[in-house]
Amino acid sequence: MSCAVKCQDPRINELKTFMEGLKGSPRSEANLITILHKAQELYGYLSREAMDAVVDTMGIPAAHIWGVATFYHYFKLKAPGKHIISICLGTACYIKGAGEILEKLRDELKTDIGGTSPDGLFSLEEARCLGACGLAPVIMVDGKIYGSLTTKRVSEIINGFRKQEAASAKSA
Amino acid sequence: MTRKLTIYINDKPYEVDEGQTIMQAADKLGYRIPRLCYHPKLSIEGACRVCIVEVEGMKNYVASCAYPVAEGMKIRTHTKELRTARRDIVELILDNHPEDCHTCERDGICELQRLAYAMGLRHRHFEGEKKNYEKDLSSTSVIRDPNKCILCGRCVRICSEIQKVNALGYAHRGFKTVVMPAYNMPFSESVCTTCGQCINVCPTAAFVEKNYSQELFEKLQDKNYIKVAQIAPSVRAAIGEAFDLEPGRAMERETAAALRKLGFDYIFDTQLSADLTIMEEASEFLERLKGKGKLPMITSCSSAWMKCLEQFYPDLIENVSTCKSPMSMMGAMIRTYFADKIKVDPRKILSVAVMCCTAKKYEAARPELKVNGMPAVDIVVTTREIAWMIKSAGIDFVHIQGEDFDKPLGISSGAGAIFGATGGVMEAALRTAYELYTGEPLVDIEILDVRGLKGIKEGKVMLDGKEIRVAVAHGLGNANALLNIVRSEPERYHFVEIMGCPGGCVGGGGQPYAGSNSMPLDEECLKKRAQALYNIDQHKTIRLSHNNPDVRRLYKEFLGKPLSPKSHELLHTHYKAKLPRGIVPQEMTVR
Repeated sequence: MSCAVKCQDPRINELKTFMEGLKGSPRSEANLITILHKAQELYGYLSREAMDAVVDTMGIPAAHIWGVATFYHYFKLKAPGKHIISICLGTACYIKGAGEILEKLRDELKTDIGGTSPDGLFSLEEARCLGACGLAPVIMVDGKIYGSLTTKRVSEIINGFRKQEAASAKSA
Repeated sequence: MTRKLTIYINDKPYEVDEGQTIMQAADKLGYRIPRLCYHPKLSIEGACRVCIVEVEGMKNYVASCAYPVAEGMKIRTHTKELRTARRDIVELILDNHPEDCHTCERDGICELQRLAYAMGLRHRHFEGEKKNYEKDLSSTSVIRDPNKCILCGRCVRICSEIQKVNALGYAHRGFKTVVMPAYNMPFSESVCTTCGQCINVCPTAAFVEKNYSQELFEKLQDKNYIKVAQIAPSVRAAIGEAFDLEPGRAMERETAAALRKLGFDYIFDTQLSADLTIMEEASEFLERLKGKGKLPMITSCSSAWMKCLEQFYPDLIENVSTCKSPMSMMGAMIRTYFADKIKVDPRKILSVAVMCCTAKKYEAARPELKVNGMPAVDIVVTTREIAWMIKSAGIDFVHIQGEDFDKPLGISSGAGAIFGATGGVMEAALRTAYELYTGEPLVDIEILDVRGLKGIKEGKVMLDGKEIRVAVAHGLGNANALLNIVRSEPERYHFVEIMGCPGGCVGGGGQPYAGSNSMPLDEECLKKRAQALYNIDQHKTIRLSHNNPDVRRLYKEFLGKPLSPKSHELLHTHYKAKLPRGIVPQEMTVR
């Protein structure tokens, strides 16, 4: 890909502008985490393109950036799905059958915790407690809680999102 | 003046200098506290905890590599409790280490194995989860096996602190921590220069060279080929160490004899092609001095440096000499001049290079260095590999009778020999350039300014009233500092020598592992290896490249003269920028 095409990505330009503002400080690596946060905010994850831009702009070796990016769980190294599903694996949910719910989600989404479904629609994450123990077992999809779940209900929720996506794809 | 302190080691009082660590003080007093991740040339990691000692009044044992001595400190180095703790620490390090010592490439020459033995580990108490990663076999030169890695971090530190290449880093965390190149890319697609210093400092077999010794054994039996070897200068200066001989013993004719016993038909000397390199490079330098080409001219013999140039310093490509390395020049002569002389099809020649270097494996695979479609060198083996082959074949190297190199590519000058030490190429080139330029021989041919292990060395030579300023750097970290000077003051030097490894080729990534009384990259050892080469130089009747009779014949019968069209075709090459681009962080401390 030529630079002319690449440089048009507004996200990369925003990231570069952000880094230019931090350049004056004596140790460029001191700002690395801040920069990676910005990159993840822009891309939803740490793309190779974003990390390469940090190498070039900040003069930090790629191996150092990779070390920090892989050390912290917060940083995502793969593009997330369109919808984020968090399954609560806290004590209450677990006792109420979160294990089976997780099994069902794995089956439906063809991925595991930390992964994204092959169609790119869903990312699956685990949560330790979502503060909705009274509704256990629960999942959260894009910030909304779905409680008192059964495996059947899980399929319905997932299919609901799939239908919604298919409809919006048609109208577009 | 440094203040003196009184400390007690195992109840004996000692007076020591302030400002050093317990380990440093103890080393000087004859207590060699066991250690693993520590290396005197690298920053303190404090990762392995093997070097713990007891300090009276301290609640826990302290890591002696990192803890400074203090007035009145009472230290114990080997109490029963301490020895048990140390043994447990080493056992825990071994806990997830593969138990395959007897099939491991470093069996018997492994620091971890030696340490476990010295700690008295005769019984395994723990059985832990093993790691299960794929080996990275992508590089032409270095194999990375994370399963054998104990995370001491020496490779990461030498790559960033001494070489400033930063090809390696720690990724992930906890039990899942792995030393790897950026983005978990294959080594071949990283900024690795293939210098092999990670192999030299690795205490286990987490890094080893790509080994061709079995393949070579097979090929040596093949009757369809004429088997030709060339031997690099630094191999003879270090190979004895692989046979437990004292460092610094030059084994020039012994190595030739051993290779003949292994089954090679012709043994040629890379020192001869070093002389050839000097003829071309000195002539090229004089041309540039006349205004034909960019100054300062930078040497191009070191394969790791050439890969580094293409990825880290593409802006300096025009400054670099177009001369191929002595190995590739010899390969080119073997495929053309020599094949012609013995009237065989050059395709029926097996061209093998015995090198002190892992990067030469990368160089041999460069497509642009092919000669009439054939690789100039088919197989590169390191000093370590050839030493193993000699042992494996049952050749008594220690008592072997030395033999001569073969005609017509076997005679070398002293100038060719010193190529292996940092500053040697510069010295050899100046000896010849002086005579080519002034028409008179240089009186004092030993140019001491460019010898020794100082990171950057400068010198001056007068050529007919014109002052020629030269500089030499060894190790890619020192090279970075020197090249930054070249970038900011392009007029400051006329001629610059860069060698990729600390000490030059004598410290190459393919040299014998440190023995039990030594450590990797020990400066004393590097000095002794270099001295072996300077001794070879002193004892030669011919000490100037242009007086080498084989080289003269080569020009008379085949090449014409230096920089002739034939020379250009066979002995010169060009470099181009490559990805991924390397970054040297400038604010890191210069060592």
